[in-house]
Amino acid sequence: MNLAEGVQLVSFGILSVMMIGTALGVVLLSNIVYSAFLLGGVFVSIAGLYLLLNADFVAAAQLLIYVGAVNVLILFAIMLVNKREDFAPMANRWIRQGSTALVCVGLFLLLSTMVLATPWSVYSGAAVAGDSSIVKIGLHFFSDFLLPFELASVLLLMAMVGAIILARRDYIPEELIPRDSGLTTASTLPERPRELVSAGSATPREG
Amino acid sequence: MHLQLQYFLLLAAALFCIGIYGLITSRNAVRVLMSIELMLNAVNLNLMGFSNFIDPVGIKGQVFTVFVITVAAAEAAVGLAIVLSIYRNRDTVDMEQFNLLKW
Repeated sequence: MNLAEGVQLVSFGILSVMMIGTALGVVLLSNIVYSAFLLGGVFVSIAGLYLLLNADFVAAAQLLIYVGAVNVLILFAIMLVNKREDFAPMANRWIRQGSTALVCVGLFLLLSTMVLATPWSVYSGAAVAGDSSIVKIGLHFFSDFLLPFELASVLLLMAMVGAIILARRDYIPEELIPRDSGLTTASTLPERPRELVSAGSATPREG
Repeated sequence: MHLQLQYFLLLAAALFCIGIYGLITSRNAVRVLMSIELMLNAVNLNLMGFSNFIDPVGIKGQVFTVFVITVAAAEAAVGLAIVLSIYRNRDTVDMEQFNLLKW
């Protein structure tokens, strides 16, 4: 084993420990802000693993999109739903957590048995050199993956418009509010008041 | 002894199972969305492993991964918008209280 292979193995070990550790932190910690930052750590370690897999463009895309956009979006959402509430302890919580952990460990054992038992036909031809991955990805995007590429742009447009419509507030203009109506809302901008449905009520609203 | 395909597949399987655990046991709705992102990243790691070890000439696995990243980002945006509007109506993000569809 020469130096390069040793470095690869050690990097793989460090990145995999970091990834599993931060992923466990995401699902196990009770503070949601810590979980969100550790999710960023998961994304960074996965980008490092992509580099070990000769994927320079996808590693950069992972960092830009996941760490730079998705993680920041999650942190903004946590900021906007910043209600300091202690969830009422559910009775027999340990039953759900224990059985889920059991199912997940069983699923992992099943998957690992399949992974270790399958004779994978690993590519054993000549060493692949030549164009960097971004050139090959670009060629794919405009030849045999053209339709999914165009559909992805439509999907992004739909997601953007949909998220804006779902998350906007209805602001009413200043002059339409009666001066002494005593409306109090969470934000200081004049918002169309909506009554807060008490959590857990079962009355369905008409319309 | 260099890196083999099985290492990456095992790692992806472990991350996927951690994501499933977080998805089912989280009470905070935002943490559920974070667990979904973990699962999607596990799938991406799988695809990239296959692309590098089985198809290193035409890296179709990497193209697929770019599409999965795109769809996951769009889904995270819409999902968080939904969580935000639920929070505005019900003043909580506790998954145990979102029980209108319960029979």
